[in-house]
Amino acid sequence: MKALSQKRRHPLAVLALLVMGLLLTGGLYAMASSANQAKADTTYTASDISEGEKLFVANCATCHGMGGAGSDSGPSLIGVGAAAVDFQVGTGRMPMQMQGPQAYKKPAQFNEEQTKQLSAYVASLGAGPALPDEAMLDGKGDATHGGELFRVNCAMCHNAAAAGGALTRGKFAPSLAGVTEKHIYEAMATGPQNMPVFSDANISPEGKRDIITFLKTIETQGSPGGADLGALGPVSEGLFAWVGGLGVIIGFTIWLTSRSS
Amino acid sequence: MSGATASSYQPPTKVGRIADFVDQRTGASPLLREFGRKIFPDHWSFMFGEVALYSFVILLLSGTFLTFFFNPSMAETHYEGAYVPLRGMEMSVAYQSSLDISFEVRGGLFMRQVHHWAALLFVVSLGVHMLRVFFTGAFRKPREINWVIGGFLLILAMAAGFTGYSLPDDLLSGNGLRIIDGVIKSIPLVGTWISFFLFGGEFPGTAIIGRLYVLHILLVPALILLLLVLHLFFVVLHKHTQYPGPGRNDGNVVGYPLGPVYAAKAGGFFFIVFGVVALMAAAFTINPIWNYGPYDPSPVSAGTQPDWYIGWVDGALRLMPGVLGSVDGYRQHFEFVIFGQTLTLNVLLPALVPAGIVFTVLFTYPWIERWITKDDREHHVLDRPRNAPTRTAIGMAGFTFYCVMWAAAASDLIATHFHVSLNDVTYWLRTLFFLGPIIAFVVTKRVALGLQRKDREIALHGRETGRIVRLPHGEFIEVHAPLDEYKRYRLVSFESPAVLPAQPNARGIVDRKERRRAKLSRWFFEDRVAPVTVAELEAAHEHGHEAIAAHEEETAKSLGH
Repeated sequence: MKALSQKRRHPLAVLALLVMGLLLTGGLYAMASSANQAKADTTYTASDISEGEKLFVANCATCHGMGGAGSDSGPSLIGVGAAAVDFQVGTGRMPMQMQGPQAYKKPAQFNEEQTKQLSAYVASLGAGPALPDEAMLDGKGDATHGGELFRVNCAMCHNAAAAGGALTRGKFAPSLAGVTEKHIYEAMATGPQNMPVFSDANISPEGKRDIITFLKTIETQGSPGGADLGALGPVSEGLFAWVGGLGVIIGFTIWLTSRSS
Repeated sequence: MSGATASSYQPPTKVGRIADFVDQRTGASPLLREFGRKIFPDHWSFMFGEVALYSFVILLLSGTFLTFFFNPSMAETHYEGAYVPLRGMEMSVAYQSSLDISFEVRGGLFMRQVHHWAALLFVVSLGVHMLRVFFTGAFRKPREINWVIGGFLLILAMAAGFTGYSLPDDLLSGNGLRIIDGVIKSIPLVGTWISFFLFGGEFPGTAIIGRLYVLHILLVPALILLLLVLHLFFVVLHKHTQYPGPGRNDGNVVGYPLGPVYAAKAGGFFFIVFGVVALMAAAFTINPIWNYGPYDPSPVSAGTQPDWYIGWVDGALRLMPGVLGSVDGYRQHFEFVIFGQTLTLNVLLPALVPAGIVFTVLFTYPWIERWITKDDREHHVLDRPRNAPTRTAIGMAGFTFYCVMWAAAASDLIATHFHVSLNDVTYWLRTLFFLGPIIAFVVTKRVALGLQRKDREIALHGRETGRIVRLPHGEFIEVHAPLDEYKRYRLVSFESPAVLPAQPNARGIVDRKERRRAKLSRWFFEDRVAPVTVAELEAAHEHGHEAIAAHEEETAKSLGH
């Protein structure tokens, strides 16, 4: 100890202290951030990556560039992570049908195996959000808390009943009915299309699990009050009152007065 | 009822004895006889006012049920009810009791939906009734006052609806209140004061639900009831209008008596309307408050709209641009600070000006038309809309103006459901806000004039039968079948006011105002299609149909042999 305290005025002491500090904060941050990330135990083999690369070159590189470096027609995929690929390819949004304000959901072009290989390849290009942990997708979280998080973070675009809504210039937030738990989680983690990223610091993995629980609860319980008219709010209700309600009433008025001159 | 002399009449039946008992004490039988023999004409378009009345009765019944269970308190509580995705949530007692009505009270959700659907149907039928009255000219003398009463009923219906859908204290209703709060605060000088007075402090406070509740269940329905009674009293006093037809004129009413025909029809119709509303309430959800969650001033959900009858005001707010544009790179806002007071025109203008225009024209139109036509006679026979082209065109322009704003309230749903850009929807609707009424006016007027000319043609030359006949000298003609007299009557007997040039007043002077009136009269009637005269009709019959008929006979003979 004495030796250390004697050397405290050594010219290199400041430098040593600085290095130690940096190592400590960096190490702690790395531990904290990896501890905070819900990761599935997906291990990719070398053949996954090489098969994925072949698929990527044949199907994605036209826009996303060789090595996923991006081009004028598509963004770089370095660092987007496996979750982004699994969402975009798994919901059929990628490969895109055509350039436009937003990619539409459509039948997936690749099977599960191929999607996994593509994810493996893109994940190998740079670190990014990995596939979610199965435990976060079980739908056994707190639906009330999930509902609150959903209304505060998601409902302004996706509608309080998750029926979807409009964004600017032809973009839109889609309806969330029928979207799988995994894809909901991945969308929050990666922010596809025009959606913002809800990182684990923003909404914790448990919070995401609660949101998924809420969405699956309202989806499976159905509408307690009868047909929900698209759950679009007062516009569809007003339209129904005018067309359905008034239509039937007019039919009756004509019937009641049909014996007139 | 004259003096103390007992009636010598002894009714033979039990019912008769009860009726006699009541009559001797109320003297109601002459009144009932008079009222029961009141004649009403029959037409489907005359029944929308009735639908509104019945919807109102349904609203009173279902609303009373809801008051048994609703608690308009904004005190905080935690939900522990049956709806799982909200259990444990912090919310107001008002929202909790609304949820309890939906999930705990037997038949509560059904009654809530009956109440809400009936409210929508109430304003729908009121609006359609008003359109019918306008387009058929039923607002003319002596019914101007009743037209104004109807206008106030519309405003009260909107007020009843707004105060009602704000009560559950869910996210949607709170968003609506926030918009109203913003509109109130945009009123210069007094806005902030009014807002603090209304909400009992800064929005949202803890007072507003209780206050709206009192307005909703006491003041507004009482006013509606009062005006409704007045409205119906005037209908009885003025007698009902009728469509033109043989034997109908401004001095009579052709139809069936109230008792027994209309008493039975109207009574039955009430149950039909109730049945339709009950069916809607049983099968279709309305205002699913559990979706929206408790009110929290921070989130605003997509698809946040008011009920349809407030939509046009919301639409006007949506259409208003926030900025005028850029001048030298600086954005010019619609917001000015004058002597330390903020004047927020981008809220104040759209919230008040379009509604102001619509209601001013609506309330004054009977007097405007009366002034232009100088027509001071009573009118009990209605106009067919085509026979008053300019009025019909003005009505359609106003309706279009309303509909553009109405559509703007649904701009986001138009964008998502028709796969178009939200921005483009807004730009188009902004353009139509100014051009739509003009286009509607021109198109409607041309259509009305075209229909009048067609009517004239049919009245003079009959209906085209599609039968082509070759005359002996080789000419082809189409046979026109003459109309029967009843049908022709409808086409030829209508009033068609002509241009009334400026008239000198008592001092022999044509004043400025009179010249303006004459100008408007020309604009109204200069391109009118005059009704067919007797002379024209006779002339047409002379040269046309008899000749054809003779030819036909000849042809038939020659073919027969």
